[in-house]
Amino acid sequence: MLYLYDGALDVPRILKEWYEQEASSNYGAYIPFVGTVRSEDGIDGLSFDIYEPILNSWFDAWQQKAKERGAIIKMAHSRGDVMLHESSYIAAVFSPKRRVALEFIDEFVEDFKASAPIWKYDLKDAKRIYALDRSTAIKGSGILK
Amino acid sequence: MVRVEFLGPIQKEPLELDITNLNELAEILKKDETMQGWLENSAVAVNDTLVSSRDFALKDGDRVALLPPVCGG
Repeated sequence: MLYLYDGALDVPRILKEWYEQEASSNYGAYIPFVGTVRSEDGIDGLSFDIYEPILNSWFDAWQQKAKERGAIIKMAHSRGDVMLHESSYIAAVFSPKRRVALEFIDEFVEDFKASAPIWKYDLKDAKRIYALDRSTAIKGSGILK
Repeated sequence: MVRVEFLGPIQKEPLELDITNLNELAEILKKDETMQGWLENSAVAVNDTLVSSRDFALKDGDRVALLPPVCGG
């Protein structure tokens, strides 16, 4: 369950929808992580490009890992511009027991940062500037050098 | 022909190349000044699957994508 939206995420609505989708699924734990754009370095906001085919296969592999532990993952992400104090990312794990969900959300978000094909840009002075210094080369990069 | 796409911040139009493996692609892109810096930090996908070696055969109709460093969230 991967959801992509143009612009900022409607966090209360998405968290409520996800809660309601699983309200009777007998999961004991619902652990969401919400990423919000902070004011730093004079930015007006962030902007995102997404390559969906590889994002989908990356997410499907994680969903399979979650399933093996009796859990499920939901994720929402923004495309395009997201301004200060708005949110661009929500990930959540539902699982029978809290320990699995707490561990899984950590592993999932870490790999998301390192592997998901999403590119971040700072919005500053009406320019869109690639955030290279905060980005991570995908594992296996550099084979063409 | 093999279609080569440059994703995210790499500001480059797609290429249509007559190549049979990733080694040939590497030789072409190394001569391209606009690719300076991107070859060492980009991952490579063929038909939307990441590959880990440039000894990788390509056939007519394949799609290659270069993925520069990522930062979602």
